[in-house]
Amino acid sequence: MAVETNDIEWVVACAASEIAEEDVIRFDYAGASYAVYRIAEGFFASDGWCTHERAHLADGFVLAREIECPLHQGRFDIPTGKPKSPPVCVHLKTYPVRVEGGEVLLGVPAQAQAAS
Amino acid sequence: MSSTPDASGSDAAKPGLTDPTLDERIGQQWYQPRIPRAVLKELMKRSDAEGLRNFVPWLLLLVASSVVAALSWGTWWAVPAFFVYGTIYSSSDARWHELAHGTPFKTRWLNDAFYHLSSFMTIREGYWWRWSHARHHTHTYFQGRDPEIQVARPTQVFPIIVDFFGLLGSSLEIRKIVRHAFGRVDAATDAFLPATEKPKMIWSCRIYLLVVIFTIGLAITFRSFLPLMFVWTPRFYGGWLHQLLGLTQHAGLAVNVKDHRLNTRTVYINPVYRFLYLNMNYHLEHHLLPMVPFHALPRLHEVIKDQLPPAYPGLYAAYREMVPALWKQRSEPGHVIERKVPVENGPHGSFATQSGI
Repeated sequence: MAVETNDIEWVVACAASEIAEEDVIRFDYAGASYAVYRIAEGFFASDGWCTHERAHLADGFVLAREIECPLHQGRFDIPTGKPKSPPVCVHLKTYPVRVEGGEVLLGVPAQAQAAS
Repeated sequence: MSSTPDASGSDAAKPGLTDPTLDERIGQQWYQPRIPRAVLKELMKRSDAEGLRNFVPWLLLLVASSVVAALSWGTWWAVPAFFVYGTIYSSSDARWHELAHGTPFKTRWLNDAFYHLSSFMTIREGYWWRWSHARHHTHTYFQGRDPEIQVARPTQVFPIIVDFFGLLGSSLEIRKIVRHAFGRVDAATDAFLPATEKPKMIWSCRIYLLVVIFTIGLAITFRSFLPLMFVWTPRFYGGWLHQLLGLTQHAGLAVNVKDHRLNTRTVYINPVYRFLYLNMNYHLEHHLLPMVPFHALPRLHEVIKDQLPPAYPGLYAAYREMVPALWKQRSEPGHVIERKVPVENGPHGSFATQSGI
């Protein structure tokens, strides 16, 4: 399912029940890869790949509101994408998320549809 | 985790640099073991209690052995006493390594505090080495890319032997710390250390030197070498165990392959060594999943050992295979110890795609 709103396209990433609290899953859509998180504050999403080197954050470890990269243990703040620990120092892009009818919707750039 | 550094400085001796397929292989994904996501999550859990269960006894042993050593100073009992103290002190190298991964403690400041203490003790400046070690995990045993290649090829026997007393590795580190303390940072460091970390590294080196100068001052004031026996010098006279265990990590194994099963060993060792070495004898498991804390490595080993080459039953078995291979690599740098990888039923994949296992 995809609903376009201006430059954001809302796509269903998964059922809310598919992500355990303090966990992350991978979601691939239109040639891009995302990491979708569930933490105490709610659901969040970011680019899937670490900004340091080629490692997918869905293979990483969620600690409270931080995601730790599986390759070098760099950490990002999940809600903001801010780098929190070396070796990562480049901001992680985040995306809006909303939960409707038990489904997690991810707001991805609309041009991703064109790219697909 | 490094041991004996490549002292040759010669890129020509590194066959990987003349290998036209090297970049292609670096671009491949590393082998990943099959493990249920829920199990992995459980294994990755950090715990202050587990960390303190190892670090507090270690600190107590360190203090107790230092008191015994100080009291025995001037007698022949000082020899075994400082041997024990130096061995316990040099366990700081294994601790530095684990703490660099941020896994021994759940609480961040505890991890950072012990990290900087261990870094100082083992003469590895913390900021520099955190970044250097990241590259070791990215390019494990890729010649010319991994800064922590343990044994140069062709094998140079002398550096391996003298580093049982830290004479090469620790001496080079002291020189580097002095250089950096004066702001002289080489191009290689600039290439991997972010600009924001550089001032921290320089100031960290200055603090290291101040502590050492203070210790030298104490020795001069009291006209005794005793104060110097407790700071940095233990990495020389007590570094034997770290070198003995550290050499088994990768030496003699395959280079330039993206499969840790071929370039990294797991060796069973006794509980005392495991305590001091923080279970880094499960080195293959550590490289496959560096987010798993030291205390969970034996459990991880049990979960995935069927997917791995058999662990070595002891240090003797590892050295019996490794020493002849290193000797042969003196004249045949291309020779490697070949590890047998179990035949697997399914394809390799990432954890995220295997939640149903």
